[in-house]
Amino acid sequence: MTDTSRRKFLKLTGTTMGAAMLPFLKAMPAHAQTGGTIVVVSGQTINSLDLHRTGTNRASYQVAVNCYDRLVSFGTKDAPGGGLSYDYDTIVPELAESWTISDDGLTMTFNIKSDATFWDGRKVTAADVKWSFDRAVSVGGFPTVQMRAGGLERPDQFAVLDDETFVITLDRPSKLTLPDLAVPVPFIINSEVAMANATDDDPWAMEYLHMTPAGSGAFKVARWDQGQQLVYERNDAWVGGPLPYFERVIVREVPSPATRRALIERGDVQMSFNIPNRDAAELDEMGDVDVYSTPIENCIHCLCPNFNFEPFQDANVRKALAYAIPYEAIFQTAAYGRGAPMWGGEAEITDTAWPRRSPYMTDLARAREHMAESGFASGFEVPLSISLGLADWMEPTALLLQEAFGEIGIITQIERIPGANWRTAALVEKRLPLHLENFGGWLNTPDYYFYWAYKYGHLFNSSNYLNEEIETLIDNTLHIPMDDPAYAPNIQRMFEIAFEDLPRIPLWQPALNVAMNDAAGYEFWFHRQLDVRPLTAATN
Amino acid sequence: MAARSKMILGRVAQAIPVVIGVVVISFLLTRALPGDPAAYFAGPAADEASIAEIRETLGLDKPLVQQFFYYVGDLIRGDLGTSLTTGQAVLTDLGARLPASLELTLVALLLSCAIAIPLGVLAATRPGTWVDHLCRVLVTAGVSMPTFFTGILLIYIFYYLAGLAPSPLGRLDFIYLSPPRVTGFYLIDAALAGDWETWLGALKQLILPATTLALFTLAPIARMTRAAMLSALSSDFIRTARAAGLSDRKVLFGYAFRNALLPVVTTLGMVFSFTLGANVLVEKVFAWPGIGSYAVEALVVSDYAAVQGFVLAMALLFVALNLVIDIAYALIDPRIGLN
Repeated sequence: MTDTSRRKFLKLTGTTMGAAMLPFLKAMPAHAQTGGTIVVVSGQTINSLDLHRTGTNRASYQVAVNCYDRLVSFGTKDAPGGGLSYDYDTIVPELAESWTISDDGLTMTFNIKSDATFWDGRKVTAADVKWSFDRAVSVGGFPTVQMRAGGLERPDQFAVLDDETFVITLDRPSKLTLPDLAVPVPFIINSEVAMANATDDDPWAMEYLHMTPAGSGAFKVARWDQGQQLVYERNDAWVGGPLPYFERVIVREVPSPATRRALIERGDVQMSFNIPNRDAAELDEMGDVDVYSTPIENCIHCLCPNFNFEPFQDANVRKALAYAIPYEAIFQTAAYGRGAPMWGGEAEITDTAWPRRSPYMTDLARAREHMAESGFASGFEVPLSISLGLADWMEPTALLLQEAFGEIGIITQIERIPGANWRTAALVEKRLPLHLENFGGWLNTPDYYFYWAYKYGHLFNSSNYLNEEIETLIDNTLHIPMDDPAYAPNIQRMFEIAFEDLPRIPLWQPALNVAMNDAAGYEFWFHRQLDVRPLTAATN
Repeated sequence: MAARSKMILGRVAQAIPVVIGVVVISFLLTRALPGDPAAYFAGPAADEASIAEIRETLGLDKPLVQQFFYYVGDLIRGDLGTSLTTGQAVLTDLGARLPASLELTLVALLLSCAIAIPLGVLAATRPGTWVDHLCRVLVTAGVSMPTFFTGILLIYIFYYLAGLAPSPLGRLDFIYLSPPRVTGFYLIDAALAGDWETWLGALKQLILPATTLALFTLAPIARMTRAAMLSALSSDFIRTARAAGLSDRKVLFGYAFRNALLPVVTTLGMVFSFTLGANVLVEKVFAWPGIGSYAVEALVVSDYAAVQGFVLAMALLFVALNLVIDIAYALIDPRIGLN
């Protein structure tokens, strides 16, 4: 029966599936010239087609990326570790043809492409952009928070000049505004369709768009069987970028990593998205499948000592931790060497690269020295908390840390916290004395990372760290352009303080792993979700 | 007949306090779960204000008693609430997922019975022979291997190595469209639509997961059949029947087996219930969109409405199951009156 394997079948019929031959596709007729179908498996489940809805999970962000357009997008560059990556430093048009920013940086004027249409054929107008932006800043929750990061806070900041001209007025100029328009959140909705389905209780058509996208993006949703699959169908009238290669993309949800691995190895699916580090390492070694492991930009797995816990107020104790960590063993055991090391860097900071290696490395002698100099020379006990939802990397890391800290007299008990409670305990209440954490910032500047993770009271500052100089530095740096003369010195000073005070001890920079079999064109995005638009058939 | 319907009504009436208990307990238990759904659903970058906003939308800022009465009021109107994770009515979710689980469980049980009962009978009639040993080995292997392991092993052998089984991609490979929905059971719906290609596709997808579950459920059924047959065969009425010169066949199936069926049916009921629970691991391995994985996902994120809906649906299912088993008893054993 091996002769019926789909891989052989594909080999016979060309690189991708002969669309017309499949019964499924009879129901959704398509032209068979460029594309065909690609099948992607993922362990995550898509729970909504509307990113703005409360409760929409991360995996669902891909719908905002693939089915909707934004005014602008990021360019493309080669990624470290192979394949392509989005390019934070290049902003390219998507629905906007061009844009101008006033000299004071307070007014941004966007000209919308005149040939841009929604799926129903209606022209995309500035009114649609305004409605969509108003929605993003009004619905609350994550979209509103993300918009605020770019200085976009109130509907009165958005104005329609004419059908093709849209104006944003800012309260203060910020280097984060333009990139923030390219993240998945400010996507542009067909406001007429949405408003026709809005009610008094639901002015933003949350119920309707949750199940029925209405956009102008590269793909439409042909079918969504919740918990099973999402089928994208190409929008041939798309003007936001080059027409995608595939006509249809089937994203199947397969929770078990072992099953996903069998599927990709057999070639019955062409792409397995977000595979475990271990599978990535093993598949890479076997060589039959293309594996892309892209270090996630602006994301670091950290060990966080909480300043509310007395021993960790002692700088020597924190340094002892940093010297006791068996970095290499953790990187190999928990990450299978995927990602980038974050230890053993230069002591002197001369650039603004981030994430960067800390000046610490495994050195038990120095760790013991610091412990001896501290006020806790005889050691102490502390729980080391991890999330069961992230146990794949936290569990092995915690076990190795437990062993190493035991060597310097810090006795830890590993406390496993269920995924649903983790956020509340670690980030909201910030009550975990010693824990692992992995914030990653969407906007790729170090000050943005520091804003969320080092500023007192901010969500990801789970260490309750407070340093007045850091507070001032972040406030002074967050919005100034990267070519401002103050930018580089400010950033370097932040790095120095962060490595001296160690509220977050960097362990390693994690990677996003993707395996492909008989397909190409994968592009890494900071949002860590699947962008199906650039995918193509294998070139060789 | 009147006696029978009276008995059925009586059973249903007895179930009412059970269901009320389940409603109260599932409500309290979900609230007692540690974790804050508002904080969870507010997303990765939410602040205090947006968490409070969401808590208000979810009605979680109200006192517990008030929340409970809202819940019961909705329940009486047949509204199980909306799941936060899926954003759909819980009733819709259950309607979509319960048939998937039931189809898998029932097929697995049929398969299991088809093997276990003859095996148990054979083992009982030939104790100590190779059949008995085979029964023991199969049964021990079946229970001692966890279902997810059996599942992965079967995938590895029959899909990955041999290429005999179809891709373990859930209820239907992506090349088929799901049949028009009547019952939600793909095998029945495809047969009703006369779409035998899809029927075959659905059956192929079922074989591996159903075998996995069947292996797991073989043990109790085969062991119980064997034990019940042994005790029936050694009882006085069998000796009398043999002494009266009845044929072996008549003795075995007419008298011994019929008497042995009672404990087997009881076991079946229990096996059915724990199989529905044990499903979740098989569902994960075979990407089966069943109710077990739904409940686990809901539980992980403290999705109250979905968890309560699941518990309630299960409770109702077991009430119905017990009713069916009681009726089956009466049919098998005339001594058990319907009244």
